[in-house]
Amino acid sequence: MPDIKVTPLGAGQDVGRSCILVSVGGKNIMLDCGMHMGYNDDRRFPDFSYITQNGRLTEFLDCVIISHFHLDHCGALPYMSEMVGYDGPIYMTHPTKAICPILLEDFRKITVDRKGETNFFTSQMIKDCMKKVVPINLHQTVQVDDELEIKAYYAGHVLGAAMVQIKVGSESVIYTGDYNMTPDRHLGAAWIDKCRPDILITESTYATTIRDSKRCRERDFLKKVHETVERGGKVLIPVFALGRAQELCILLETFWERMNHKAPIYFSTGLTEKANHYYKLFITWTNQKIRKTFVQRNMFEFKHIKPFDRSYADNPGPMVVFAAPGMLHAGQSLQIFKKWAGNEKNMVIMPGYCVQGTIGHKILNGQKKLEMEGRATLEVKLQVEYMSFSAHADAKGIMQLIRMAEPRNILLVHGEAKKMEFLKDKIEQEFSVSCFMPANGETATVETNPSVPVDISLNLLKREMALGGPLPDPKKPRTLHGTLIMKDNSLRLLSPEKALKELGLSEHQLRFTCHVQLQDPHSDADTLTRIYTHLKSILKGYTIQHLPDSTVMVESIVVKVSSTAEEPNLKIILLSWSYQDEELGSFMSTLLKKGLPVGLC
Amino acid sequence: MKLYCLSGHPTLPCNVLKFKSTTIMLDCGLDTTSALHFLPLPLVHSQLFSKLPGWVSKDGAINLDKAICLLYLHVELSSPQELLDLSTIDVILISNYHCMMALPYITENTGFTGTVYATEPTLQIGRLLMEELVAFMERVPKAQSATCWKNKEIQRLLPGPLKDAVDVWAWKRCYGTQEVNSALSKVQLVGYSQKVELFGAVQVTPLSSGYSLGSSNWIIQSHHEKVSYVSGSSLLTTHPQPMDQTSLKNSDVLILTGLTQIPTANPDGMLGEFCSNLAMTIRAGGNVLVPCYSSGVIYDLLECLYQFMDSANLGSAPFYFISPVANSSLEFSQIFAEWLCQNKQSKVYLPEPPFPHAELIQTNKLKHYPSIHGDFSSEFRQPCVVFTGHPSLRFGDVVHFMELWGKSSLNTVIFTEPDFSYLDALAPYQPLAMKCVYCPIDTRLNFHQVTKLLKEVQPVHVVCPEPYTQPPPSQSHRSDLMLELQPAPMPYRRCAVLSLPFRRRYERIHLLPELAKSLVPSEIKPGISVATVSAVLQSKDNKHVLQPVPKAAPAPPSKKRKRVIEEPPELLAPKPLLSGAVPLEPFLATLHKHGIMEVKVEETADGHILHLQAEDALIQLEEDGTHIVSDSEPLRATLRDLVLRFLQKL
Repeated sequence: MPDIKVTPLGAGQDVGRSCILVSVGGKNIMLDCGMHMGYNDDRRFPDFSYITQNGRLTEFLDCVIISHFHLDHCGALPYMSEMVGYDGPIYMTHPTKAICPILLEDFRKITVDRKGETNFFTSQMIKDCMKKVVPINLHQTVQVDDELEIKAYYAGHVLGAAMVQIKVGSESVIYTGDYNMTPDRHLGAAWIDKCRPDILITESTYATTIRDSKRCRERDFLKKVHETVERGGKVLIPVFALGRAQELCILLETFWERMNHKAPIYFSTGLTEKANHYYKLFITWTNQKIRKTFVQRNMFEFKHIKPFDRSYADNPGPMVVFAAPGMLHAGQSLQIFKKWAGNEKNMVIMPGYCVQGTIGHKILNGQKKLEMEGRATLEVKLQVEYMSFSAHADAKGIMQLIRMAEPRNILLVHGEAKKMEFLKDKIEQEFSVSCFMPANGETATVETNPSVPVDISLNLLKREMALGGPLPDPKKPRTLHGTLIMKDNSLRLLSPEKALKELGLSEHQLRFTCHVQLQDPHSDADTLTRIYTHLKSILKGYTIQHLPDSTVMVESIVVKVSSTAEEPNLKIILLSWSYQDEELGSFMSTLLKKGLPVGLC
Repeated sequence: MKLYCLSGHPTLPCNVLKFKSTTIMLDCGLDTTSALHFLPLPLVHSQLFSKLPGWVSKDGAINLDKAICLLYLHVELSSPQELLDLSTIDVILISNYHCMMALPYITENTGFTGTVYATEPTLQIGRLLMEELVAFMERVPKAQSATCWKNKEIQRLLPGPLKDAVDVWAWKRCYGTQEVNSALSKVQLVGYSQKVELFGAVQVTPLSSGYSLGSSNWIIQSHHEKVSYVSGSSLLTTHPQPMDQTSLKNSDVLILTGLTQIPTANPDGMLGEFCSNLAMTIRAGGNVLVPCYSSGVIYDLLECLYQFMDSANLGSAPFYFISPVANSSLEFSQIFAEWLCQNKQSKVYLPEPPFPHAELIQTNKLKHYPSIHGDFSSEFRQPCVVFTGHPSLRFGDVVHFMELWGKSSLNTVIFTEPDFSYLDALAPYQPLAMKCVYCPIDTRLNFHQVTKLLKEVQPVHVVCPEPYTQPPPSQSHRSDLMLELQPAPMPYRRCAVLSLPFRRRYERIHLLPELAKSLVPSEIKPGISVATVSAVLQSKDNKHVLQPVPKAAPAPPSKKRKRVIEEPPELLAPKPLLSGAVPLEPFLATLHKHGIMEVKVEETADGHILHLQAEDALIQLEEDGTHIVSDSEPLRATLRDLVLRFLQKL
């Protein structure tokens, strides 16, 4: 029985270092190749030794697909391709291909230059890795080889995020990456057609959350920023340079304009301007409203938001600063946080999910004293706010996607085990399909039951459809008879006659003849008429003919009557039929042996 | 399979393909050359044209006043209703933005309920070109619609080409904004290599054609038949993504349209001539007018000028791009990175705008205006280069510049668009002092390229417009300017209905796994196996599935039925066909094994007759038949089964 195997190397009952292996129809595909933000050791990357102990992965993988540019989905890519070794194709969308190397370089700088780690990938490796990338467009069917095809769908979430369909023959898998089912201020909602995959591998970050409307959250966010600024406090918003940052910038920009606020808004890292530029060039990936109006006004040209300089952090007075990275685990956002943490007038707003182990995660859990490097402790006095702006689907969204795609099985990744458990139950209840949630290194196997594609001769099909009528009768199903010819990997279904001809075979006629003796005091002709009447009364629905040459034909069965001059009343009935009428012939010979009924005229 | 040809114009095609019960329209180009029959529509009061007298017939009986300057657009689909009911069209496939300009005439007020498929750049730029056309028409004062000239009696008396124009009653007035919006709302976006299922019967796929932003060729196929529609393709490296040639392979029919209109001109050479003429005029203090469409070659012209500007010493002469959609066209060109050639794509990764006209705008070298009114009139400096439409010189801002600059021999008008005869376009402006240069740039395939392409992709049949099967009338000796193929291409002309020469013989069907598992294949010849299939056919949404015959529910045990006569057998479908022969010796051995010992074999002309003496039965064995004669039913059944062992069942 063919099956599909799914093994998460990362993101199995966990968030971070997404990396999922899929085997379908003899093809091996790696979905995402991310890093874990919560670790600084080997656990940071997926364990590629699962695939092979000795060296390069090229011969074990048919392709690698990256869903979007977040580092927990692509952070291990140069490590995998250049340090472990993989030379096959890597697929991602154009925006991902554009932005991913920048984030990788940023990540490398923080790790190597600032933290001084060695044995890490180099800039050159990032470049070499990106050379292996094949960009794909939405809805384009990419033929990886003769059998394997992939197709990308819009996923929302961040610029260029895609869900992918992997298809081999009639077996298919959908991998969602991260997605968002509600449009936001800069991106549209994820969409997929009713493609009925064998497995849907979906993220489940917000497996148990059902979020209130976006408007409320936005109002809340603006209110908090407004209040803090009014009382002279500073607001830190840790974000990733691309994605949420742009959404919140658009939000604050319009708010500032409306309220005529004077407090400065800054955006950290030189990346911003560049990032906004990407949004301008890839405007076709944003939401409909932005796309429609971009000629008149490009939403990504901000008037109130200025680039940030490190020295501004010590400036007096209120300000709002967007700083990367989003989980406060390193870089500028962490530096600013350290500076402002001691003042209760200030506020930090965490707009997205924080991975376990990061400072972001700790302060969200209410930790008031943080251990920093070199045994120092940091007291957290500023207000900590959490606002779920990260563009993941919530439980409602996940269910909605399932309804859209109608998968036969569901597999959860990219979420916490406990929450997954809850969602799994809910899915199994509502859709009565099996739902898997393998841990890292654990394999989920799904049996598929692919139907067999065959070429049917059009004559046979048309004849059958014409005979079957417009509406099939469920009580009397019509049976189609044909001969399947299997030759050089081709399967063709022909009518038996055609098949004989095509194979150069001649038909072998098998006939049967049988005599039945009967006492019947009538003339031969009368006996035949009596037999005709008798058969007619019993064989309803059959074609029965009384032919002038003193034969009766039932379908193709010949019935004749003869007698000898010596015994005119002893009739010899001759029945002759071909193998095609075997059942009927056999029935008739048995029937006639029982004699003709008395009352027959 | 049939092809209805609604347009005979080779580069503005409109064909309808009927394939497996779907009706697919391929493109709907709008032929605007009829505009050349009319006087230009001036934007401001024009001395030249207002002085013209109305047309009076020789005997003075008919006075047409100036109504004749009214512009009509000739819709090539002049009589589609006779050929085909437009409401029966299921889908329209658009190959590029030039080939969709008649869309509102097809989808609006015709009962059309189908879907239009196009790529995103094709939709967006097509929308711009339609909006531009509408704007051109709507901003000139409306004169009353003149129809009396269409009267055959009057038309007969009219001068020039109008007299000979056919189907003038089908010439329609230009559509409006509302019709454009409504027509375009029916467009569904597709990406290159996206497989789109139509009713489960046919799959259509757009392929990059290399001609313009988002331009596509289309594959229309089922599992066993493949039709390729090639329209406006280019192998030159300009801005769009290169043409996808390999996917066109193995077509049963290839419909070939949209070859270059100027097969004798080399686009690169023309581009060079364009630049040098432009530079010469500017250096001499003259102005250059480039009548052009608002999207397409203009991007290449601007890029070429960007590279050429400094070396050519053009000084500070500004470039103006004047069109109601100039800004949008320039902006849109920068956001379709996915649809551009590699070279431009990689710029976006930096991130930089893919086209250098962004820099021209930033440095104020290139300015764009919606029209000559407003800001332009105050900011306008000479000498300058003006890009503006419409290339027919009959409407749009270009009319104004022709009048303004026509009198000076310092100025030059350079024609780059190949759609109109430049002499006809210039006719109403004569006498002209300004220089006229004709540098048509048509990047579409030429005959040499297309011959090579066809050799490579090897379609079984080629269908093309009639003009491609003979050299152009003006160059009848140039046999290299036509398609020479083996077998000869099937030509079509307007209003033709072609039966495409291929027969469908197979259809895809799926055997459910349970059925597939129940099959018992037997090898008939080395490498060939057969299996008898008895199954129930299920057809839904044009997809066919074979499933196992459901087992009849066992008849409920009824006590009443103790009748002597059993029920006759159900009317079952026929038994499998038999093939092969029953070999004598092994058969005898088998009989022996089953206790039939006394067999007398008699040789006949065609085989043998076996007398089973103890059983009083007879078996006639021949090469192509076996006849069992036995009066005992059990014996007959036994013999039957023994014979069947030696035969193949199909």
